[in-house]
Amino acid sequence: MERDDLIEYSLHGHHDEAKGKEIRSKIYKVTILLTLITIIEVFIGASIKQSSDWWTTVKIIFILLTLLKAGYIVMVFMHLGDERKYLRNVILVPYFIFVLYLIFIALWEGTAVGSVWETMWQ
Amino acid sequence: MAGHSAQLDAKTLWGGKESPFQTSYGKLMMWFFLVSDALTFSGLLIAYGFTRHDAQDAWPIGEETFNSMPFLGHGYPLLYVALMTFILIVSSVTMVLAVEAGHRMDRKGVTKWMIATVIGGFFFLGSQAWEWSHFIHGSEFGKIELSDGSVAIVKGHFGEINNFTVLEAGKKHKVGAVIKEDLMHQFQHAAELGHLEAGKIHLADGSVAKINKAHDHDMKLIIKKSGKLYKVGGKEIKGKKAEQLYYESLYAGEKNRVIYGANMKQNEYGPQQYAQFFFFITGFHGFHVFSGVIINILILLGVLSGTYHKRGHYEMVEKTGLYWHFVDLVWVFVFTFFYLL
Repeated sequence: MERDDLIEYSLHGHHDEAKGKEIRSKIYKVTILLTLITIIEVFIGASIKQSSDWWTTVKIIFILLTLLKAGYIVMVFMHLGDERKYLRNVILVPYFIFVLYLIFIALWEGTAVGSVWETMWQ
Repeated sequence: MAGHSAQLDAKTLWGGKESPFQTSYGKLMMWFFLVSDALTFSGLLIAYGFTRHDAQDAWPIGEETFNSMPFLGHGYPLLYVALMTFILIVSSVTMVLAVEAGHRMDRKGVTKWMIATVIGGFFFLGSQAWEWSHFIHGSEFGKIELSDGSVAIVKGHFGEINNFTVLEAGKKHKVGAVIKEDLMHQFQHAAELGHLEAGKIHLADGSVAKINKAHDHDMKLIIKKSGKLYKVGGKEIKGKKAEQLYYESLYAGEKNRVIYGANMKQNEYGPQQYAQFFFFITGFHGFHVFSGVIINILILLGVLSGTYHKRGHYEMVEKTGLYWHFVDLVWVFVFTFFYLL
């Protein structure tokens, strides 16, 4: 049976040339930004040694820059920023709950295992 | 959506006219798949972090392990991986441009950008093949177990081996013969088996030859496992002292004092798990890139044959685009956690 009451959401993505121009300039801006972040990361990584006192700060900077890059990729390139709020939350919220929990448990257990190994070797 | 629903009669309402996400089924399922795949990669990277957290100083540092460039040699820390990251970002950009062209029903534009994306994907796969080959073959010095039981990785410029002059005849070579081929391979093989002694090599055919080799320069030992004398995180061993310690072990005539490259059991960079994680994480990501390229090619064929144009929308391009961006996204995290930190 043919349904005429269903909405073809696939057609919602269409836009005209003017809007396209706007989107393209945004894409190029994000490209430049992502490249710059990568260059900065490599520069820091190559110039500051892991034995340096700054290393903890550098680590945090790396993680923040990575999350920034990831945010731009997901929100702009994958268009999640243009989707409905509900969809965005359904994708992101469960993911972050699981991963934060996993990180917490791995660090907690990792510290315990690390101290056991240290006492074993001494 | 309460306002909207009020205008519909009960029959359409129960038929489920409006989707709360206002997205097509295919796109939604692609997102759900990506969430599950993202959890898999998170699990792998967190397992890596856990192992690294335990191993502390014994773990190799990215800029020490990955400092080579094709055609240029050593001394370019992280540059090659940065290049790979850039290639993947660019191919992600061409993909998003293909999606944008699709929204304008610009078939030519979609074709052009899809071809560019496929090419970018192949470039990345090629880079990864080079990286793996380099990782597996390892450096010229290898990782050495010193006489006090400590284990060190070696940096510096390896003096080239010019030839071997045969001193004692074997099954194949006569006395006085000069061997000029496959020198590095024979040297490393003999070193692994403990078939080297002060300036001499015992070849596979039973002959003994003198090693004519240029001097090494700027040698530096970095301790990765503590022994009786040298400790992890202690002072760097450089120059003459480093050369003396290195060759003392290399010429000790014992098996497995030196390790070159990497396999599943051992590697010259650090603990055994390091190479295993390297192969698994970058391998699993590379497999995703490979399947992504294949899917992109299939979609490109669909674009060329006009299937999507007839359908009235290029959503298939958008869906594969999501997958392709995800592959880029994973690489951003692998780059940080595997190479930078």
